[in-house]
Amino acid sequence: MKRCRMLTGVNTTAPTRLPVLLPSAAATIGAARRERHEGTFRLNLKLWHGGALLLLLLIFLGVAEAANGTREGPWAILWRWKWFVLQGFGLNLLISFLAMALGTVAGAVLGLMQVSLLAPVRTSSWVVTQFFRNSPWLVLLFTVMLLLPFEIEIGDTVFPIPDWTKAVIGFSLPIMANLSEVVRGAVISIPSGQWESSESLAFSRRQTIWMIILPQCFKRMIPPWMNWYCILAMATPLCSIMGVEESVTHVSQAMAAEDNRPDLLTPFYSFLLLIHFVYTYPIARWTISLERKFAVKL
Amino acid sequence: MAWDESQPMVSINDVHKSFGELKVLNGVSFDVMKREVICIIGPSGSGKSTLIRCVNALNTIDKGSITVQGQEVHDPKLDKLELRKKVGMVFQQYNLFPHKTALENVMMAPTHVLKQDKAEVEERAYKLIKKVRLDGKERSYPGELSGGQQQRVAIARSLAMNPDVMLFDEVTAALDPETVKEVLVTIQELAEDGMTCMLVTHEMGFARELADHIYFTDRGIIVEHGPPVTFFTDAKDPRTKEFLSQIL
Repeated sequence: MKRCRMLTGVNTTAPTRLPVLLPSAAATIGAARRERHEGTFRLNLKLWHGGALLLLLLIFLGVAEAANGTREGPWAILWRWKWFVLQGFGLNLLISFLAMALGTVAGAVLGLMQVSLLAPVRTSSWVVTQFFRNSPWLVLLFTVMLLLPFEIEIGDTVFPIPDWTKAVIGFSLPIMANLSEVVRGAVISIPSGQWESSESLAFSRRQTIWMIILPQCFKRMIPPWMNWYCILAMATPLCSIMGVEESVTHVSQAMAAEDNRPDLLTPFYSFLLLIHFVYTYPIARWTISLERKFAVKL
Repeated sequence: MAWDESQPMVSINDVHKSFGELKVLNGVSFDVMKREVICIIGPSGSGKSTLIRCVNALNTIDKGSITVQGQEVHDPKLDKLELRKKVGMVFQQYNLFPHKTALENVMMAPTHVLKQDKAEVEERAYKLIKKVRLDGKERSYPGELSGGQQQRVAIARSLAMNPDVMLFDEVTAALDPETVKEVLVTIQELAEDGMTCMLVTHEMGFARELADHIYFTDRGIIVEHGPPVTFFTDAKDPRTKEFLSQIL
């Protein structure tokens, strides 16, 4: 037999004090001591700080508008186009809702397949999950939008497939794969004792999953599910590249109609960022509070 | 082949079981008759829990045979669900369903597995909860109950299936000394009612008082066995003696 390699801590005694770590350990201890003494650095921002910042911004904007002289100011232009941009944002929301719905249904099925006892089902669903989970969203979007036909013929009638519905499918794929993992993770996070006790009460596997395991998973899945919704909602402008008439496309169209004045960039894109933020941030906060509420109590 | 009460309720014959390299059971044999209460004791890792889990097919065995009412458990064609309707099991960690109330925990298996009438099951569940002295706690969730109370609900939950054998896997090991007693009293009443019980336990006083027969296992074999009187006072094997001297 081959002679074993000497392994520190396995077949030789492990030196407990590694001298190389001592200086850095001393520094860490020193820093911790100082921190305890002086307290840590904190920003300690108050609401009025934000107010002051906003005021400053408004003053600058006023100055900029005044400097423009007779030309219409960029913010005034934005104001004229606000409904047009918001209308585009409406499509973003619609796409995000539908893609989430589709992705949730498909992801739930795929996730349950991942915990199947049948190896082929388990393996195939795992492959699908991993494939879509590790592909760039944009590439998936391109693939779906370019591969799907723009219309289908059933009998004599022709059904057009608008761009945005293809975007829904394109976005639902990565959502499906990620939610599949959420479902699988939630199922395996249920303690094995739950499986054992329901098995020993003669529940079938199907009954165990639907009556015992999934009801306990449900709460655990809501926060990650909302998290993925936020990510999806923020990703929907990607489809503007494919010409879907959503908020970013509308912004470009509006700016083009105003002769692409460079001073329009800041107001228009700030407005875009703002509406996305105002929509997504409350959901994110809500998710955090739900996470706290549903935290596993042991 | 019909089974009748003169034959063993549970018969364990030369059972071998290993987890990979580790041999857990190394030829264990004994019989349990109807209405008999047996206790399996022994040091940690001696295969007690594995053995009892093999009886309701939660674990498979590598060699040998286990029969419950004459039915082979080790048979790959066995309908495990049918077997488990006859064999109740209570775990160390209670394993109640946390999303259901105590009453629902007791009712779930009879209504969904045995498809019994819900009103009838409910009536029986109330009685069972009363029997384990938890009346008034029907609407409580497991999280609101103490360990001892949860364990008694778990016992009621198993009893709701009207099992012929009850398996208890170190059911008091996770409880504090105060609450151990309330669970033991429940098991005692059950035994006095004539339930066939197999217990894995560390409660020597309880085993001595309640058991009809005690089996001492070590390293996957039964080292010594006998009725409590002779077992505790007149142990022959040095390993049993050593174990008992540490515990008693």
